[in-house]
Amino acid sequence: MEHALAVLQLKGLHGIRHLSNLHAWLAIFAVVITSSCGDMLLARAMKQIGDLGEMRRRRGLVFVALLALRNKYFLLGVGCMTLSFYSLLYGLSWNNVSLIGPAAASLTFVANAIGAKFFLHEKVDHRRWTAALLVGAGVILMAL
Amino acid sequence: MNSRKYLVLLGVSVFAPTGDSLLSYGMKQVGNVSLSHPAELLLAIANPWVGLGIVLLLGFFASYMTALSWADLTFVLPASSLGYVLLAVIARFILHEQVSVTRWLGIALVSSGVGFVTSGPELTKRWPHRHKRAEPVATEVSR
Repeated sequence: MEHALAVLQLKGLHGIRHLSNLHAWLAIFAVVITSSCGDMLLARAMKQIGDLGEMRRRRGLVFVALLALRNKYFLLGVGCMTLSFYSLLYGLSWNNVSLIGPAAASLTFVANAIGAKFFLHEKVDHRRWTAALLVGAGVILMAL
Repeated sequence: MNSRKYLVLLGVSVFAPTGDSLLSYGMKQVGNVSLSHPAELLLAIANPWVGLGIVLLLGFFASYMTALSWADLTFVLPASSLGYVLLAVIARFILHEQVSVTRWLGIALVSSGVGFVTSGPELTKRWPHRHKRAEPVATEVSR
Protein backbone atom coordinates (compact mmCIF):
# COMPACT_ATOMS: atom_id res chain seq x y z
CA MET A 1 0.00 0.00 0.00
CA GLU A 2 2.75 2.40 1.03
CA HIS A 3 4.75 1.39 -2.04
CA ALA A 4 1.73 2.04 -4.30
CA LEU A 5 1.24 5.49 -2.72
CA ALA A 6 4.93 6.33 -3.20
CA VAL A 7 4.71 5.28 -6.88
CA LEU A 8 1.59 7.44 -7.37
CA GLN A 9 3.30 10.38 -5.68
CA LEU A 10 6.37 9.97 -7.92
CA LYS A 11 4.16 9.77 -11.02
CA GLY A 12 2.36 12.92 -9.86
CA LEU A 13 5.64 14.78 -9.37
CA HIS A 14 6.86 13.60 -12.77
CA GLY A 15 3.57 14.80 -14.34
CA ILE A 16 3.87 18.24 -12.71
CA ARG A 17 7.50 18.59 -13.90
CA HIS A 18 6.47 17.49 -17.42
CA LEU A 19 3.61 20.04 -17.47
CA SER A 20 5.91 22.75 -16.14
CA ASN A 21 8.48 22.03 -18.90
CA LEU A 22 5.75 21.99 -21.56
CA HIS A 23 4.49 25.43 -20.47
CA ALA A 24 8.07 26.72 -20.21
CA TRP A 25 8.98 25.62 -23.77
CA LEU A 26 5.71 27.02 -25.10
CA ALA A 27 6.66 30.35 -23.50
CA ILE A 28 10.26 30.13 -24.85
CA PHE A 29 8.92 29.54 -28.38
CA ALA A 30 6.57 32.55 -28.02
CA VAL A 31 9.40 34.74 -26.65
CA VAL A 32 11.74 33.80 -29.54
CA ILE A 33 9.13 34.57 -32.24
CA THR A 34 7.81 37.81 -30.72
CA SER A 35 11.17 39.22 -29.59
CA SER A 36 12.84 38.46 -32.95
CA CYS A 37 10.01 40.24 -34.80
CA GLY A 38 10.19 43.09 -32.26
CA ASP A 39 13.99 43.39 -32.57
CA MET A 40 13.82 43.55 -36.36
CA LEU A 41 10.99 46.12 -36.39
CA LEU A 42 12.76 48.30 -33.79
CA ALA A 43 16.10 48.05 -35.63
CA ARG A 44 14.35 49.17 -38.84
CA ALA A 45 12.67 52.07 -37.02
CA MET A 46 15.92 53.26 -35.43
CA LYS A 47 17.77 53.16 -38.76
CA GLN A 48 15.05 55.37 -40.26
CA ILE A 49 15.21 57.85 -37.38
CA GLY A 50 19.02 58.16 -37.06
CA ASP A 51 21.49 58.48 -34.16
CA LEU A 52 19.29 58.96 -31.07
CA GLY A 53 22.12 60.16 -28.79
CA GLU A 54 23.18 62.88 -31.20
CA MET A 55 19.58 63.94 -31.85
CA ARG A 56 18.81 64.07 -28.11
CA ARG A 57 21.76 66.40 -27.55
CA ARG A 58 20.70 68.70 -30.40
CA ARG A 59 16.90 68.69 -29.94
CA GLY A 60 16.11 67.23 -26.50
CA LEU A 61 14.52 64.07 -25.15
CA VAL A 62 10.88 65.03 -25.85
CA PHE A 63 11.66 65.58 -29.50
CA VAL A 64 13.34 62.17 -29.80
CA ALA A 65 10.40 60.48 -28.01
CA LEU A 66 7.88 62.15 -30.36
CA LEU A 67 9.96 61.18 -33.38
CA ALA A 68 9.98 57.52 -32.26
CA LEU A 69 6.26 57.51 -31.44
CA ARG A 70 5.45 58.70 -34.97
CA ASN A 71 7.27 55.75 -36.55
CA LYS A 72 4.98 52.80 -37.40
CA TYR A 73 7.80 50.23 -37.20
CA PHE A 74 8.61 51.47 -33.70
CA LEU A 75 4.99 51.09 -32.56
CA LEU A 76 4.71 47.61 -34.11
CA GLY A 77 8.06 46.68 -32.52
CA VAL A 78 6.91 47.84 -29.08
CA GLY A 79 3.71 45.77 -29.57
CA CYS A 80 5.80 42.65 -30.31
CA MET A 81 8.08 43.38 -27.33
CA THR A 82 5.04 43.69 -25.05
CA LEU A 83 3.84 40.27 -26.22
CA SER A 84 7.37 38.94 -25.65
CA PHE A 85 7.41 40.44 -22.13
CA TYR A 86 4.13 38.76 -21.16
CA SER A 87 5.29 35.45 -22.70
CA LEU A 88 8.44 35.75 -20.55
CA LEU A 89 6.37 36.45 -17.42
CA TYR A 90 4.19 33.44 -18.25
CA GLY A 91 7.27 31.23 -18.70
CA LEU A 92 8.84 32.51 -15.46
CA SER A 93 5.69 31.60 -13.57
CA TRP A 94 6.23 27.95 -14.64
CA ASN A 95 10.00 27.48 -14.61
CA ASN A 96 13.34 29.02 -13.51
CA VAL A 97 15.02 31.99 -15.12
CA SER A 98 18.11 29.79 -15.56
CA LEU A 99 16.18 27.77 -18.18
CA ILE A 100 13.88 30.39 -19.72
CA GLY A 101 16.45 33.25 -19.98
CA PRO A 102 19.34 31.47 -21.70
CA ALA A 103 17.17 29.20 -23.89
CA ALA A 104 15.13 32.13 -25.19
CA ALA A 105 18.21 34.37 -25.58
CA SER A 106 20.35 31.82 -27.46
CA LEU A 107 17.54 30.89 -29.88
CA THR A 108 16.76 34.59 -30.38
CA PHE A 109 20.42 35.25 -31.36
CA VAL A 110 20.21 32.73 -34.19
CA ALA A 111 16.67 33.79 -35.26
CA ASN A 112 17.79 37.44 -35.35
CA ALA A 113 20.91 36.67 -37.40
CA ILE A 114 18.71 34.93 -40.01
CA GLY A 115 16.05 37.67 -39.86
CA ALA A 116 18.61 40.50 -40.06
CA LYS A 117 20.15 38.96 -43.17
CA PHE A 118 16.89 38.39 -45.05
CA PHE A 119 14.57 41.14 -43.77
CA LEU A 120 16.92 43.97 -42.75
CA HIS A 121 19.48 43.10 -45.47
CA GLU A 122 22.34 43.56 -42.99
CA LYS A 123 25.75 42.31 -44.04
CA VAL A 124 25.93 39.23 -41.80
CA ASP A 125 29.48 38.11 -42.60
CA HIS A 126 31.33 35.06 -41.17
CA ARG A 127 32.42 37.17 -38.19
CA ARG A 128 28.82 37.91 -37.15
CA TRP A 129 27.60 34.35 -37.80
CA THR A 130 30.45 33.02 -35.67
CA ALA A 131 29.67 35.55 -32.93
CA ALA A 132 25.93 34.66 -32.92
CA LEU A 133 26.70 30.91 -32.75
CA LEU A 134 29.45 31.33 -30.09
CA VAL A 135 27.22 33.50 -27.90
CA GLY A 136 24.22 31.15 -28.40
CA ALA A 137 26.31 28.08 -27.46
CA GLY A 138 27.92 29.95 -24.55
CA VAL A 139 24.54 30.96 -23.15
CA ILE A 140 23.34 27.31 -23.30
CA LEU A 141 26.51 26.11 -21.49
CA MET A 142 26.02 28.76 -18.81
CA ALA A 143 22.51 27.44 -18.16
CA LEU A 144 23.66 23.81 -17.65
CA MET B 1 33.53 52.99 -31.57
CA ASN B 2 33.95 55.75 -28.98
CA SER B 3 33.56 55.59 -25.17
CA ARG B 4 29.92 56.82 -25.32
CA LYS B 5 28.99 53.88 -27.53
CA TYR B 6 30.74 51.42 -25.21
CA LEU B 7 28.79 52.96 -22.31
CA VAL B 8 25.49 52.45 -24.16
CA LEU B 9 26.39 48.78 -24.82
CA LEU B 10 27.28 48.41 -21.13
CA GLY B 11 23.83 49.82 -20.23
CA VAL B 12 22.17 47.19 -22.47
CA SER B 13 24.35 44.46 -20.88
CA VAL B 14 23.67 45.42 -17.26
CA PHE B 15 19.99 46.42 -17.32
CA ALA B 16 18.67 43.33 -19.18
CA PRO B 17 19.94 40.49 -16.92
CA THR B 18 19.30 42.44 -13.68
CA GLY B 19 15.77 43.29 -14.82
CA ASP B 20 15.11 39.64 -15.82
CA SER B 21 16.41 38.40 -12.44
CA LEU B 22 14.12 40.77 -10.54
CA LEU B 23 11.16 39.69 -12.69
CA SER B 24 11.99 36.06 -11.92
CA TYR B 25 12.16 36.77 -8.19
CA GLY B 26 8.83 38.61 -8.31
CA MET B 27 7.11 35.91 -10.38
CA LYS B 28 8.17 33.25 -7.85
CA GLN B 29 6.17 35.25 -5.27
CA VAL B 30 3.18 35.65 -7.64
CA GLY B 31 3.04 31.90 -8.37
CA ASN B 32 1.98 29.89 -11.45
CA VAL B 33 -0.22 31.78 -13.91
CA SER B 34 -2.83 29.76 -15.81
CA LEU B 35 -3.63 30.47 -19.48
CA SER B 36 -7.33 30.45 -18.54
CA HIS B 37 -6.77 33.48 -16.24
CA PRO B 38 -4.60 35.86 -18.33
CA ALA B 39 -5.62 38.83 -16.14
CA GLU B 40 -3.31 37.42 -13.43
CA LEU B 41 -0.37 38.36 -15.69
CA LEU B 42 -1.52 42.00 -15.77
CA LEU B 43 -1.92 42.02 -11.97
CA ALA B 44 1.62 40.62 -11.55
CA ILE B 45 2.93 44.14 -12.33
CA ALA B 46 1.67 45.21 -8.87
CA ASN B 47 4.39 43.05 -7.25
CA PRO B 48 7.24 45.45 -6.20
CA TRP B 49 10.00 43.17 -7.54
CA VAL B 50 8.22 42.84 -10.88
CA GLY B 51 7.75 46.65 -10.86
CA LEU B 52 11.45 47.27 -10.15
CA GLY B 53 12.34 44.73 -12.85
CA ILE B 54 10.16 46.68 -15.31
CA VAL B 55 11.94 49.96 -14.40
CA LEU B 56 15.33 48.34 -15.13
CA LEU B 57 13.97 46.88 -18.37
CA LEU B 58 12.87 50.39 -19.40
CA GLY B 59 16.50 51.45 -18.87
CA PHE B 60 17.52 48.50 -21.05
CA PHE B 61 15.00 49.55 -23.71
CA ALA B 62 16.33 53.13 -23.85
CA SER B 63 19.97 51.96 -24.18
CA TYR B 64 18.98 49.28 -26.68
CA MET B 65 17.13 51.78 -28.91
CA THR B 66 20.12 54.14 -28.77
CA ALA B 67 22.50 51.32 -29.75
CA LEU B 68 20.23 50.23 -32.62
CA SER B 69 20.19 53.79 -33.96
CA TRP B 70 23.91 53.63 -34.81
CA ALA B 71 24.66 49.90 -35.11
CA ASP B 72 23.28 46.77 -36.81
CA LEU B 73 21.06 44.35 -34.91
CA THR B 74 23.58 41.54 -35.55
CA PHE B 75 26.25 43.72 -33.91
CA VAL B 76 24.24 44.96 -30.91
CA LEU B 77 22.86 41.58 -29.78
CA PRO B 78 26.16 39.65 -29.39
CA ALA B 79 28.05 42.76 -28.20
CA SER B 80 25.54 43.35 -25.41
CA SER B 81 25.53 39.75 -24.18
CA LEU B 82 28.42 40.52 -21.78
CA GLY B 83 25.67 40.84 -19.16
CA TYR B 84 25.56 37.05 -18.82
CA VAL B 85 29.28 37.06 -18.05
CA LEU B 86 28.77 39.91 -15.58
CA LEU B 87 26.05 37.94 -13.78
CA ALA B 88 28.31 34.88 -13.41
CA VAL B 89 31.21 37.01 -12.14
CA ILE B 90 28.92 38.69 -9.56
CA ALA B 91 27.59 35.26 -8.54
CA ARG B 92 31.14 33.92 -8.03
CA PHE B 93 32.96 36.85 -6.43
CA ILE B 94 30.25 38.85 -4.64
CA LEU B 95 27.59 36.25 -3.80
CA HIS B 96 30.27 33.52 -3.36
CA GLU B 97 28.23 31.00 -5.36
CA GLN B 98 29.85 27.94 -6.94
CA VAL B 99 30.36 28.48 -10.69
CA SER B 100 30.85 25.16 -12.53
CA VAL B 101 33.46 24.42 -15.22
CA THR B 102 30.72 24.25 -17.89
CA ARG B 103 29.56 27.71 -16.87
CA TRP B 104 33.11 29.13 -17.13
CA LEU B 105 33.35 27.47 -20.57
CA GLY B 106 30.07 29.19 -21.50
CA ILE B 107 31.51 32.50 -20.27
CA ALA B 108 34.60 31.96 -22.43
CA LEU B 109 32.42 31.27 -25.51
CA VAL B 110 30.24 34.36 -24.92
CA SER B 111 33.33 36.54 -24.38
CA SER B 112 34.98 35.29 -27.57
CA GLY B 113 31.71 35.90 -29.47
CA VAL B 114 31.64 39.47 -28.14
CA GLY B 115 35.32 39.92 -29.06
CA PHE B 116 34.65 38.62 -32.60
CA VAL B 117 31.75 40.97 -33.32
CA THR B 118 33.14 44.14 -31.69
CA SER B 119 36.36 43.88 -33.70
CA GLY B 120 34.32 44.36 -36.91
CA PRO B 121 32.31 47.30 -38.27
CA GLU B 122 29.14 48.15 -36.31
CA LEU B 123 26.98 49.28 -39.25
CA THR B 124 26.22 48.02 -42.75
CA LYS B 125 26.69 51.11 -44.95
CA ARG B 126 23.30 51.07 -46.57
CA TRP B 127 21.24 53.99 -45.17
CA PRO B 128 22.50 57.05 -47.02
CA HIS B 129 19.18 58.96 -46.80
CA ARG B 130 18.35 58.37 -43.15
CA HIS B 131 19.19 61.92 -41.97
CA LYS B 132 17.40 63.37 -44.99
CA ARG B 133 14.33 61.32 -44.00
CA ALA B 134 14.47 62.37 -40.39
CA GLU B 135 14.79 66.09 -41.03
CA PRO B 136 11.30 66.83 -42.53
CA VAL B 137 9.67 65.03 -39.57
CA ALA B 138 11.96 66.99 -37.25
CA THR B 139 10.74 70.32 -38.66
CA GLU B 140 7.12 69.20 -38.38
CA VAL B 141 7.42 68.14 -34.74
CA SER B 142 9.31 71.27 -33.65
CA ARG B 143 6.51 73.55 -34.83
